[in-house]
Amino acid sequence: MQQGPEEKTILQDVPWPDEPPVMAPGQSFGSVTDTIADAVLQRPIGLGWLLGLFIGMTLIGLLMMAVTYLFLVGVGIWGIEIPVAWGFAIINFVWWIGIGHAGTLISAILLLLKQTWRNSINRFAEAMTLFAVACAGMFPLLHMGRPWLAYWMFPYPSSMGVWPQFRSPLVWDVFAVSTYATISAVFWYVGLVPDLATMREKATHPAGKKLYGLLAMGWRGSARHWKNYEALYILLAGIATPLVLSVHTVVSFDFAVAIMPGWHTTIFPPYFVAGAIYSGFAMVLVLAIPIRHFYHLEGMITMRHLQNSAKIMLATGLIVAYGYAFEAFIAFYSGSTYERFMMQNRWFGQYSMFYWMLILFNILIPQVLWFPKIRANVRWLFSISLVILVGMWLERFVIIVTSLSRDYLPSSWGHYTPTRWDYAVLAGTIGFFATAMFIFIRIMPSISIFEMRALLPEAEVKAK
Amino acid sequence: MSHAQLSPAIYGLLAEFDTPTDLVDAAKAAHAAGYRKFDAYSPFPIEEASEAVGFHKSRVPLIVLVGGILGGASGYGLQYWINCISYPLNIGGKPYQSWPAFIVPTFELTILFAGLCGVFGMFALNGLPMPHHPLFNVDRFSLVTRDKFFLCVEAADPKFDMDGTQRFMESLRPTSISEVPH
Repeated sequence: MQQGPEEKTILQDVPWPDEPPVMAPGQSFGSVTDTIADAVLQRPIGLGWLLGLFIGMTLIGLLMMAVTYLFLVGVGIWGIEIPVAWGFAIINFVWWIGIGHAGTLISAILLLLKQTWRNSINRFAEAMTLFAVACAGMFPLLHMGRPWLAYWMFPYPSSMGVWPQFRSPLVWDVFAVSTYATISAVFWYVGLVPDLATMREKATHPAGKKLYGLLAMGWRGSARHWKNYEALYILLAGIATPLVLSVHTVVSFDFAVAIMPGWHTTIFPPYFVAGAIYSGFAMVLVLAIPIRHFYHLEGMITMRHLQNSAKIMLATGLIVAYGYAFEAFIAFYSGSTYERFMMQNRWFGQYSMFYWMLILFNILIPQVLWFPKIRANVRWLFSISLVILVGMWLERFVIIVTSLSRDYLPSSWGHYTPTRWDYAVLAGTIGFFATAMFIFIRIMPSISIFEMRALLPEAEVKAK
Repeated sequence: MSHAQLSPAIYGLLAEFDTPTDLVDAAKAAHAAGYRKFDAYSPFPIEEASEAVGFHKSRVPLIVLVGGILGGASGYGLQYWINCISYPLNIGGKPYQSWPAFIVPTFELTILFAGLCGVFGMFALNGLPMPHHPLFNVDRFSLVTRDKFFLCVEAADPKFDMDGTQRFMESLRPTSISEVPH
């Protein structure tokens, strides 16, 4: 995957000897364009797609119902109660935003590292980021109790003369998440512009032509434009990289800055970031495997992509395992009774079942990815990814619920049981995410066409 | 194009090529022949093409830098003004200007401003959005978003003359040459 000095632009690929190719042989500029664009423009709407959309929209209906009831009655319909006042809302927030991080990792960090195999998965991974951040963003708003006053979190000159409290990580979160959402959206859009121009020329329906044309802004592929474009693209990748690391770091500060046993630890930022990328790549595989199958894109999303993603999951999974191990070690090494009790409570307390499930799902089962045979089997990869997604959700459950339900004073201990409305909102956001992805793959090219063209051997300019 | 029939003036001459190498060679030849108002068009970025048309340095990085500095300064300034001047608030006896706590929003606003300035700057420098352009009057030009490469010498170039430039472009061995009406 390393590239030699002969490499020309940031988008070209020089593969390692005996590695599966990033693109099946026999492709040309035209065939790449047609395969990707026709999946949107020519392919009739299938029953499977309609069924998927229907399920997604049904779950959105459930979300609307749950949110309406929440607005009418208040957060009391959820299982949250003092001392566990965070519950599902914050678990789901952290889970979703973590999933989003893999999109930025693929589009920005792998671009900077010249991992050109990313070119065929970055587009839908970025879309995944956008929709996951949208799902994540709902939870703090809904959790607020009075979500119509959400704008109070922003610094604006109010008639009350008060301002946000900038020493609080919760305010940092507002800045981190809204910046992340904005930058992810523009990064995605900028990446789409040249492909929207392709769609403009290829669309046959006048309305489609107009819409794509409007969004393409009149892109005409001028060499001067490309130069500015690439300068911006690499810089956006450069600033999105520290941004994505900062976002989950700030999310972990929500915990680490508090003095709860099990939260107040310096290992949280790196371990949260690794966990985010871990679950994000699992979601990438959960999306990529059906997309390449149903849209016949095996020639572009090849086994190399799936295997590389599996390797990244293995690596980040080990970082997460290290995080768990060190959490336990420090709890005893610290000499703090409360930290030690927290760890024993996780292992043997009322929620210990979830802790051991988490170890099984996040640490033990994914170790089968060491075997090349498993990495080469899409069914295995798909199932392991689902397991990791559940495992990462459990991780946040364990962190939030065990610490809050058993803090310093036994007199303020409590129990947390989610209600059906908690599950309804979680299922609803999954429906929202699925619906958005279903609509996205039908109206936008789900693979970056121009970056795929640049990967072809004939894209190279030969010196005379 | 009815307009083009009324006025003989054209936007330029457009040559079509099959490969990026041909395009870059043609652009180099056009530059060597003294043409300056010409541009190369391709379906994906070609580093050599922008060099060959004489466009060496993009101003986007400068805009991103300025945006980032502005964002950082306004981020920190906002928090300083709020917490030290407009509404000083004692939190746990810490100084009003607790700069370590201000770093996170400062950083986020640096990124936000840098990114947005870069995006708007890139589109502004490229003169986009421009949904209509004379080049779109040539039907073949739509293939620039697919698999063909084009070189357009504009009529506004002082060296441009219909016959001479046409002969020059034929010497580049393009697959076709067309006039670009306004």
